[in-house]
Amino acid sequence: MGSRFWQTLRLGLKSLLLHKLRSGLAILGIFIGVTAVIWLVAMGEGVSYQAQQQIKELGANNIIIRSTKPPSDVTRGGGFIIAYGLLRDDYDRIVANVPTLVQAVPMREIRKEARYLDKVTDVRLVGCTAKYLEMNNLRISRGRFLSDKDLENADNVAVIAGTTAQELFPYEDPIGQSVQVEKDFYVIVGQTEPKNPSGGIGGSMAAQDFNLDIYIPLSTLRGRIGDQVVTSRAGSREGERVELSQITATVHDLSQVDETAEVIKKLLARSHPNVDYTIVVPKELLQQAEVLQMMFNLLLVLIAGIALLVGGIGIMNIMLATVTERTREIGIRRALGAKQRDIVSQFLSETVVLSATGGLLGVFFGFLCHPAIVGTRAVMRQLFPEVISSLPPNIQQLEPRIAPWSIVAAFLISVGVGVLFGLYPAQRAARMDPIEALRHE
Amino acid sequence: MKMAARVIDVHKDYVLKGGVVVRALRGVSIDFPEGDFVAIMGSSGSGKSTLLNLLGCLDRCTRGQYLLGGQDVSQLDDDELSDIRSRNLGFIFQSYNLIAQLSVVENIELPLYYQGNISREARERCVQMAEMVGLSDRLDHRPFQLSGGQQQRVAIARALVNNPHVILADEPTGNLDSATGEEIMQVLEALNAAGKTIIMVTHEPDIAARAHRTLRMKDGLLDAHTPYGALT
Ligand SMILES: Nc1ncnc2c1ncn2[C@@H]1O[C@H](COP(=O)(O)OP(=O)(O)OP(=O)(O)O)[C@@H](O)[C@H]1O
Ligand SMILES: [Mg+2]
Repeated sequence: MGSRFWQTLRLGLKSLLLHKLRSGLAILGIFIGVTAVIWLVAMGEGVSYQAQQQIKELGANNIIIRSTKPPSDVTRGGGFIIAYGLLRDDYDRIVANVPTLVQAVPMREIRKEARYLDKVTDVRLVGCTAKYLEMNNLRISRGRFLSDKDLENADNVAVIAGTTAQELFPYEDPIGQSVQVEKDFYVIVGQTEPKNPSGGIGGSMAAQDFNLDIYIPLSTLRGRIGDQVVTSRAGSREGERVELSQITATVHDLSQVDETAEVIKKLLARSHPNVDYTIVVPKELLQQAEVLQMMFNLLLVLIAGIALLVGGIGIMNIMLATVTERTREIGIRRALGAKQRDIVSQFLSETVVLSATGGLLGVFFGFLCHPAIVGTRAVMRQLFPEVISSLPPNIQQLEPRIAPWSIVAAFLISVGVGVLFGLYPAQRAARMDPIEALRHE
Repeated sequence: MKMAARVIDVHKDYVLKGGVVVRALRGVSIDFPEGDFVAIMGSSGSGKSTLLNLLGCLDRCTRGQYLLGGQDVSQLDDDELSDIRSRNLGFIFQSYNLIAQLSVVENIELPLYYQGNISREARERCVQMAEMVGLSDRLDHRPFQLSGGQQQRVAIARALVNNPHVILADEPTGNLDSATGEEIMQVLEALNAAGKTIIMVTHEPDIAARAHRTLRMKDGLLDAHTPYGALT
């Protein structure tokens, strides 16, 4: 039986080689379909992996509460100063009333200019506590981070991030130097390692770039700069008063996240009639991202399925032509003793050879997805740098990840398509009346 | 006398679209003893090919009985008929009917292939058959590289490879010039001399004269006046 199988396969191969162009075109259809499946899934996986990494960076055990400017002018305070957002009282209330918390880290951030001698650069001035470092997965490259003692004493000390250090101290060790923000000077005690910026997650969380930061104790920021920030713009002065920009609450166990988020939501709702804050739950984002990913994958598979369907129709078309063309041969074979199933397997073997060849080629090219995309991006960056830089960061940095299941699925589907679309022409060949087939010119 | 094939009151109706019935055979009875060499003649449309197709198990009769080598094959299904064709019958056609993409040996091998016999012995037998018809130096040629007479020899080798009960030939010399036709007839005569039963349809009286006896068909019936030549 085995040798019969090889015999049939060899025969199929032989007649396919008689029509190289035609067979090549049929293979092309399947090949494109399979490559499309693998590439699309790989890109989808790459995007979702990126998103999941970013969300994980926020910490699945965290609940992030951020101050957000309410849309209308219903704000506290009066005059040109708009007051909104989280209060220090909110922080105290959360710490006092939410028992499931491991810690809560308050933070205040302001855009400022920092100076050293004649150098000036825009920074994000972050007032925070000692825990801020670990919570954001930041690392110290020189010196130390802020300590609890710095906070207690409200010392004028600062830790600067990589890019800020490069801007202000291109040739010097920043440790021990003083950096000026507004009228105050801060002694630099440490520097953080550079970190890849995290992409923005949904609308509720802007992208965070930690590389342009200067960290000072929260208490120092309150004392030196205060809650109020006034900016002059086009002659008019406007300002806002914000006590805390963000509170990051951490629970011990993943299972406590939802419940704790609920408690915090209720707690804040009591003292904030206007919603001037947003609660971001990375765990929820993660779940949303997974659902989104599944839907995305489904869509991709659908698109790829259509590509394969078209490939299959191509095969069917070619096989129908082949069958008609070889009617006489079918008649001869039948007269010499071929059973209907012999004819079916003869033509099916041809379609399977076609589709499996297309499938294998597709798998091979599927593996080239990563170099192809990285290469294309590099070329595009050379030719049209502005086009590339206008793309969203998660596309710019997309690293396709080939999913093993997509390789197996794509190949099996391609062979399946071959069988499915070859079956009808093959049966049509087998059901021919031998006498009529013999008479066929 | 042992019968190679027996046809008993066989009818064949073709029902056309619209319900018109064409009665291609209207009750044919005839015996073919083993070693027989029969020529079937008759005007066009008289049912010669229809009869030969029934004898070749390519078709089933509407009514009647057909015994091949003692076995009643009139009620067999498609697969069983295919089996009979690959084991017990040999076909020679007017237009040779070789498969273009296969070589001479591969063409000869087809009936064995469909018996499921693909062995070295099978291949050897094919080579022997090719030798027998004088084509041992053309084994790997393709049909288009052969002359008409050579192609018909390949077809004869193919019809013999499965050692059939009966060889059926539908106008085997119809496409050949008289000299080549003569060569083919010599091959057939030699086969018959070696004991093969041959049933041949032809339009040419001098070809028919080479057979032991001639049957005449008319309007789907055997002519009552058909002389039954004696077996030599
Ligand atoms: N498939 C078919 N459908 C309908 N009618 C058919 C079919 N095959 C044959 N016939 C009819 O049956 C009759 C006998 O045909 P057959 O082919 O046996 O003639 P023949 O004696 O072989 O003729 P020729 O010498 O021209 O080959 C004819 O009238 C033909 O039209
Ligand atoms: Mg005829």
